[in-house]
Amino acid sequence: MNPAGLPEQLRRAWAIAKKDIRLYYAKNSVLVFGILMPVFLFLAFFTGSRQLPLAFLIPGLVGTALLFTATAISPAIFSWEGRHGTLERLASCPVTTEAIVLGDMIASILYGIGITLITVFIGLALGLSLLHGITMIVSILLAACCFSAIGMLLAVPPTSEPSTPMMLSLLIKFPLIFISGIFIPLEQMPGWGLVLAVFSPLTYFTDLVRYSFIETHYFPVLIDISALALFTLVFTAGTMYLHKRTMPKRL
Amino acid sequence: MTAVIHASDLTKVFGKSTAVDHISFDVRQGEIFGFLGPNGAGKTTTTRMLTGVIPPDDGSATVLGYDIRSEPVQAKQRFGVVPETSNAYTDLTAWQNLMLMGELYGVARAQAARRSSELLTVLGLIDRRDQKVQAYSKGMKQRLILAMALLHEPKLLFLDEPTSGLDVQSTQMILAMLRDMNRDGTTIFLTTHNMEDANRLCHRVGIIRNGRMVAIDAPEKLKTAIDRVHTIEVSFDREVAGDALAALPGVTGVKRIGDKWQLTAEKQDAVILSLAAFSQQNHAAIVTLNTLVPSLDDAFLRLTREGSP
Ligand SMILES: Nc1ncnc2c1ncn2[C@@H]1O[C@H](COP(=O)(O)OP(=O)(O)OP(=O)(O)O)[C@@H](O)[C@H]1O
Ligand SMILES: [Mg+2]
Repeated sequence: MNPAGLPEQLRRAWAIAKKDIRLYYAKNSVLVFGILMPVFLFLAFFTGSRQLPLAFLIPGLVGTALLFTATAISPAIFSWEGRHGTLERLASCPVTTEAIVLGDMIASILYGIGITLITVFIGLALGLSLLHGITMIVSILLAACCFSAIGMLLAVPPTSEPSTPMMLSLLIKFPLIFISGIFIPLEQMPGWGLVLAVFSPLTYFTDLVRYSFIETHYFPVLIDISALALFTLVFTAGTMYLHKRTMPKRL
Repeated sequence: MTAVIHASDLTKVFGKSTAVDHISFDVRQGEIFGFLGPNGAGKTTTTRMLTGVIPPDDGSATVLGYDIRSEPVQAKQRFGVVPETSNAYTDLTAWQNLMLMGELYGVARAQAARRSSELLTVLGLIDRRDQKVQAYSKGMKQRLILAMALLHEPKLLFLDEPTSGLDVQSTQMILAMLRDMNRDGTTIFLTTHNMEDANRLCHRVGIIRNGRMVAIDAPEKLKTAIDRVHTIEVSFDREVAGDALAALPGVTGVKRIGDKWQLTAEKQDAVILSLAAFSQQNHAAIVTLNTLVPSLDDAFLRLTREGSP
């Protein structure tokens, strides 16, 4: 066994993810920021915009759910662990910073996927049918990775106050919702809105979900998937690189 | 003897203050190395650099043959750490904490379970294994953290004040365990404030002050090194003449204290020999004979006093 080799580090990242699942899934702040917040946000919009069809809104619900749930845990784990002194424990274990970040991301991703699947079933229960299942699964997987990496990225500034990255993530998530074609179809966006939408990974995810449910889409599917994959790659690499640099400052 | 830890010019700067200032030392295979120093001297900072938790600003360290900067995982895989601040996951049970360590060190599940049971039994925690650590007392937490550090059977163990704030029972349990492990070949790097522990346990101690190593030697040698003059207390079963004692080779001073004589000497070894000869010649049996060496406390205070060389 080579402890520094990739297979071993992946196994250890999984151990960290399991620990996160045990410790953080049931945290109050995770439930509030991850589930209650998007539910209310969505209900508020839903009741206020009767003119939009259900078939348009459900993909928006799926998108909102994944964005909020996949970023519910990842921003705060480092501060929680720093505050309880357990980060020092991890730092002295034979795991790389990348493996720690990956483990936290995995816990975040699974949480996001779990809750998001519920919203997909809600859509099915409300009469939508899943026309492109594979596309749906691939997009949820990719976007969950992408969003959880964004969450980790927000945790880069060292702080032992878990609410700081959580607030920061809200500040980013709300604008994202409005520029990503969730409530306002991309077709109806002004030009500058469209320019912003192009830089939001949520745009491509919502577009893909809409395609999977009702076969309408703004961008070609391949563009959507490539853009999402590119965002995921950049954010994941970025967060790992930055965390490696800031890790000693937390200890 | 091979060096298990080789630190050279380790330095850590926090803002304007230099916490650790070009420290160099070796820890040898199989020894218990005591790392002593007053509060804020830089012990924890040094330990954290050696264990790869924080990077040094200058210098380097090799631990178990691996450079801690360039091959941290390889080095960490082979040593265990009991950090200064207690840090098991309090929302997990003792058992879950240990299993997590097993996975992080790549110990097979069955072996981790066997070893955990063993350690928890020795440390008196086996009955509480399925209780959340939150409900543990300080001493129990500390014992659990020791178990977590030992799960993967490391060849080298770092401990940063493992017994601070613990009662006699927990302290003795931990120290006994360290001694046993050392007998079985584990090298131990122990940071402590307790001179008594350091004195009894350590083969060598290093004393750090203001981020610099001021002395490094066996406790006995440190103690005797600080005082050129030694004091020997002796009493006989009959009266002897003070002048005769003063005339013995090596004796530089004689003082009568109660029924004892207190002799000062530069070489205590020579004086003890001549006292034995004196006793035989004068048919005066020695009742008590004490060498009053300075304690490690004295040595420590002397060496860490501000302004001393
Ligand atoms: N993270 C940090 N940021 C800034 N300064 C620090 C940090 N850690 C330690 N220091 C400073 O470095 C110096 C050495 O601290 P260190 O914790 O190594 O001392 P120590 O010898 O372990 O003391 P103690 O016996 O109290 O545990 C202190 O002056 C401390 O204030
Ligand atoms: Mg300390």
